[in-house]
Amino acid sequence: MKKVFINGLCSVSAQKTFDNNFFLGSIIEYKDTVIPAVDPLYKEFILPAAARRMAKGIKMGVVASKIALANAKINTVDAIITGTGMGCVRDSEKFVSDIIDNNEEFLTPTAFIQSTHNTVGGQIALEITCQGYNFTYVHSSISFESALMDALLQLQNEEATNILVGGVDELGDHTVKIHSLIGHIKHNPVSTFGMVNSETEGAVFSEGANFFVLSNKAENNYAQLIDVQTYNVLEAENLPKIVTAFLNSNQYSLEEIDMVVLGNNGDVKYDGYYNILTRSLFSKTPQVYYKHLCGEFNTSSAFGFWLASKILKTQNVPSYVMLNDIYPKKMDTILLYNQYRGENHSFVLLKKC
Amino acid sequence: MNRLKPWQIILPATEPSNFLSQGVAITGMGIISAIGNNVAENYHALINQQKGISRVSKIETHHKHDIMVGEIAATNKQLEIQLGLETTHNYSRTALLGAIAAKQAVVDAQITNVSEYRTGLVSATSVGGMDMTEKYYYEYLENKALQKYIESHHAGDSTQKIAQQLGIEQSLVTTISTACSSGANAIMFGARLIKTGRLDRVVVGGTDCLSKFTINGFKTLMILSDSYNAPFDENRSGLNLGEAAAYLVLESDSIVNKENKKPLAYLTGYGNANDAYHQTASSEQGDGATLAMQKALSVARLNPSDINYINAHGTATANNDLSEGRAIIRVFGENPPAFSSTKPYTGHTLAAAGAIEAVYSILALQNNILFPNLNFVTQMKEFALTPQYNLKQKELTHVLSNSFGFGGNCSSLIFSKQG
Repeated sequence: MKKVFINGLCSVSAQKTFDNNFFLGSIIEYKDTVIPAVDPLYKEFILPAAARRMAKGIKMGVVASKIALANAKINTVDAIITGTGMGCVRDSEKFVSDIIDNNEEFLTPTAFIQSTHNTVGGQIALEITCQGYNFTYVHSSISFESALMDALLQLQNEEATNILVGGVDELGDHTVKIHSLIGHIKHNPVSTFGMVNSETEGAVFSEGANFFVLSNKAENNYAQLIDVQTYNVLEAENLPKIVTAFLNSNQYSLEEIDMVVLGNNGDVKYDGYYNILTRSLFSKTPQVYYKHLCGEFNTSSAFGFWLASKILKTQNVPSYVMLNDIYPKKMDTILLYNQYRGENHSFVLLKKC
Repeated sequence: MNRLKPWQIILPATEPSNFLSQGVAITGMGIISAIGNNVAENYHALINQQKGISRVSKIETHHKHDIMVGEIAATNKQLEIQLGLETTHNYSRTALLGAIAAKQAVVDAQITNVSEYRTGLVSATSVGGMDMTEKYYYEYLENKALQKYIESHHAGDSTQKIAQQLGIEQSLVTTISTACSSGANAIMFGARLIKTGRLDRVVVGGTDCLSKFTINGFKTLMILSDSYNAPFDENRSGLNLGEAAAYLVLESDSIVNKENKKPLAYLTGYGNANDAYHQTASSEQGDGATLAMQKALSVARLNPSDINYINAHGTATANNDLSEGRAIIRVFGENPPAFSSTKPYTGHTLAAAGAIEAVYSILALQNNILFPNLNFVTQMKEFALTPQYNLKQKELTHVLSNSFGFGGNCSSLIFSKQG
């Protein structure tokens, strides 16, 4: 089996992360319940006529892809695999509300066409003229990890050499409104650094696009992707056993994990899943979190993947992502764990090259 | 005869390894569609040429007199009772249909203990919970009792529920949405999970219910027929939307050997490619479709002449049938194997299409029968292709099934009697 590397990346997020010359240089601090992604200069990457028709998710996805490809110093890939939990919600909302408001009359097809979940993957293929394999995974908080697994298997088995993998989700007004009503979004604003200990229910919603070039050729690499595993549901008390089994199946021991990157989003009802691990197996391990910077969305764990890749490449961990005060002695191996509302758990294992 | 120019072949660059070309056993299948509530009923309708196309009855739509659809007879209430759900449930119709078809597949595969092997689920949907969202969009803001459906909107929700219905826990469960090729792609990813040893067993397929959203969407694209859809006919007037769900059980060779199972058929080839031409339209020469069929043949290590029957995507839109027909000629030459579209029976069932047509392809193999392309009258003027328009008995070894979708997404699967 071939080894698989991360050779290029780009993050469009609620932080100014899209410029690969910087690594979280300065943090934008928010105090809100919903935080938007910072727009890159789209016109530098997409023709204005095309960009005008694209909702934010499509634009973020296309720009993040192009920057990731440039970062990997390649022009095209063998496959494009996208993850998106909610898909193109803005166009979906527009088309549904138009149907209702106009009683099924005077509709135009643009919003419908762009509401399809694989719009971003299809648009990237068009933009970079890629006729290869093109899949879109749409399974809540493991949408990105499903895409990652598909890419890993294809690269390990030499079905492809370079694969573009990413996660993208956008905020939509109506979606935000109804998710506030059912308490998935926090009722009261929290600050960036107050989020994780907010002791309240719900999360701070956001959006973003995190794309990566994965390859079985080691060039310009950030890290090696060892493995990814997902679980639809699991009992919290089984977590330590599951983590240990995941590591062992990859011939790693607990002691070899230099850092854990966790998906804590400050939801008092569900952060307990992380606490089980941080209070047991990883109580003496450096712990990192990131959703205070990028917010929660179905593919926010791809931001965690971006962060871990950057940490391994730069061998530097910014202090404001540390969850505990144990500073890593070395940064060779990182385990990522994420879940959303107690379901769709994922583990990713990354290694320094 | 290989009609592709070298530049047209992107993948695989090298001869597929033994690992890739090994077939995956299919040990069970389940289906619910406009032509029947299970596999036997679907087969009965197919061979008796009974279409399931009618006026829409379950959706209150402005367009009800201008369109025909492939609607499943059962109401949500009847499906709930069949599944034994509590009234507090928040299943969309997509989830209800999916759960019924997936349960049939597991029973058909004679699985009594789902946890006995590493078992996963890969499901496809494009509509997801849109049926409830469009019904209660504004009411959610005021009516607390309806808010339970907010969580059932996203595409992964129906899959989580199907996994729960099947008793799949602590396992790999995911969802694919690539428009009208979704179902085929779920089958493809499932095969990869078995071949790489990630899972021992995986339930794969797709589900989509009818919705105002898709009816109006396709209506604005002006590709809905006001009559019975007639694929590959010169005078075709567009598609009929349909609703359906279908699932297959794929199992590793070691389970098949250990349990002495007799597979229904094998999935031997698969290919996905992108047209990279237009968000909704297919390229005139069918580049993506050509590549998808080529890749599937390459993975199965078959020549075009080895294929005995093509279950075409054949939606009966002007664009699809022209593009697909040209792609078939590019891959198979001017005298391709018998081909037909079964969409005149079921309508175009979007993310379920690739899955229900997988079931039909397997039925064709099992019974050595070619299903007719109903409603065909006049050959298209662009090429000399005539679909199989009557029922015909024929010894079949390999069947190829096409599914193409928005975003230029093109997929082909090959089903074979032997692995």
